[in-house]
Amino acid sequence: MAAEKRAYFPAGWLPYALVAPQLAITLVFFMWPASQTVWQSLLVEDAFGQNVQFVGLLNFRELFVDPYYLNSFKVTAVFSIVMTVGALLISLTLAACCDYLIRGAQVYQTLLIWPYAVAPVVAAVLWAFIFNPSVGILTYVLRGWFGVEWNHMLNANQAMTLIVIASGWKQISYNFLFFLAGMQAVPKSLIEAAAIDGAGPLRRFLTVVLPLISPTTFFLLVVNIVYAFFETFGVIDATTQGGPMQATQVLVYKVFHDGFKGGDLGGSAAQSVVLMVIVMTLTVVQFRYIERKVKY
Amino acid sequence: MIENRPGLRLFCHAMLLLSVATLAFPVWIAFVASTHTAERMLAVPIPLWPGSHMLDNYRTVLVEGVAGASTAPVSRMMFNSLVMALSIAVGKIVISLLSAFAIVYFRFPLRMVFFWMIFITLMLPVEVRIFPTYKVMADLHLINTYGGLILPLIASATATFLFRQFFMTIPDEMMEAARMDGAGAMRFFWDVVVPLSRTNMAALFVILFIYGWNQYLWPLLVTTDESMYTAVIGIKRMIPGGDASVDWNLVMSAAMLAMLPPALVVIVMQKWFVKGLVEQEK
Repeated sequence: MAAEKRAYFPAGWLPYALVAPQLAITLVFFMWPASQTVWQSLLVEDAFGQNVQFVGLLNFRELFVDPYYLNSFKVTAVFSIVMTVGALLISLTLAACCDYLIRGAQVYQTLLIWPYAVAPVVAAVLWAFIFNPSVGILTYVLRGWFGVEWNHMLNANQAMTLIVIASGWKQISYNFLFFLAGMQAVPKSLIEAAAIDGAGPLRRFLTVVLPLISPTTFFLLVVNIVYAFFETFGVIDATTQGGPMQATQVLVYKVFHDGFKGGDLGGSAAQSVVLMVIVMTLTVVQFRYIERKVKY
Repeated sequence: MIENRPGLRLFCHAMLLLSVATLAFPVWIAFVASTHTAERMLAVPIPLWPGSHMLDNYRTVLVEGVAGASTAPVSRMMFNSLVMALSIAVGKIVISLLSAFAIVYFRFPLRMVFFWMIFITLMLPVEVRIFPTYKVMADLHLINTYGGLILPLIASATATFLFRQFFMTIPDEMMEAARMDGAGAMRFFWDVVVPLSRTNMAALFVILFIYGWNQYLWPLLVTTDESMYTAVIGIKRMIPGGDASVDWNLVMSAAMLAMLPPALVVIVMQKWFVKGLVEQEK
């Protein structure tokens, strides 16, 4: 954490009044519900809420032997890795091109960043329309030109491909902006020195630019994984709804599905607690990195 | 540029143009679909060039809505989205500005406890506390209200941290000078801190407006009444499960309308947007 101020205003009631709105909302809508989630994960409740029983860690023990839950873990891992790596590689290439061109970079930036403004659900609706099994334009092309029958309602791999494309689409814009900003911050003198030593554009990119923007890459890695884990609920809900046969049942969607549609509150709360642990880990990793960066 | 390599330059232009086209492709298809009749959109292959029913389609969705799953007109949903996005953006900025000011410029008991409580909200996205939060909303009678849409999303550790970070860069001398001149804390806040934070507020506003407009899971839970749907929820609800007949021309018109405000904000306020985003890394 950064340094502190030298001087302060006299305390009294004022600072409490200033933090009060944020604290009130934090307590009512964050702390209390989160503690309820943890408490609920230790209970077993029947569907009508009549009979509540404290069962300790039973819900967790059941969770980790449930093949559907373990499958959901696997699906989430595959999904977030493929989406993150894909979106990072594409945006890194685009940023490198944009950085190399200099002239026209601003125009390309404007043309590439707007997808960030599109809601994940709306992006998913657009892609689902393009890949619609009966009227989708790409379905038509795939069938006519490549002989591929596309139906993400039936084919697990196609469903996964669809959610990766629909979620990755807007992340490309986001990553691109950070990569470009990072590359533009690399001192020109370093690039020129490498060029004088005879390094070509690709060599310079790999040995000078890439190592220097590694903090940005790491930051984006964490942010993209968080996005894949938590913000793609809408994408799944608008395209595959976890199907076919649980092939796209990511953890966040399963919490919602089991709690609302399945009525298993204890199990759903236990899943929420697992997710909480995952976010905490990712947040700590991210902040550790920021602290380290401040020092050097 | 260091050396002249026309081949590489050409390659870069080609890559970028190809990506611009690929990124825009789904939106182009949606736009084309929004300009044809429903019948035309069911005939394979669907058109790739705009038709002549654009005004009819947009008038229909704005005034009447899409028959079937959802009957609220899209203009109503866009109004709800606007209220939600504006309130979240403004509310978050105000709340975070105040609490960051208290944490940076005062020394008081429990200060660090408050700081950590705010920090922890980072680790509690809606997704991990869905049901109990819903129950709180129900107990407070906030289901199907603007308050219900806005309040739970209005506290944000990121905005507080951003302001805290920025306040740290305001020279201590400014505060000492203000105190010397007899200014109290709130006077200093209004006359020095707020004007200096203007750029940060603008940058944050763009990011938060988009965040608010694009919310999905939370509005899905707290709105059951069609007149309270946001644009994003409305579009999802227009597509019934399975492959039942969908008026694609109308759904895509609604999707175009729902994309428009945040996209405009990003393009018009591009400078602030880029600053606001890139700042998150610091």
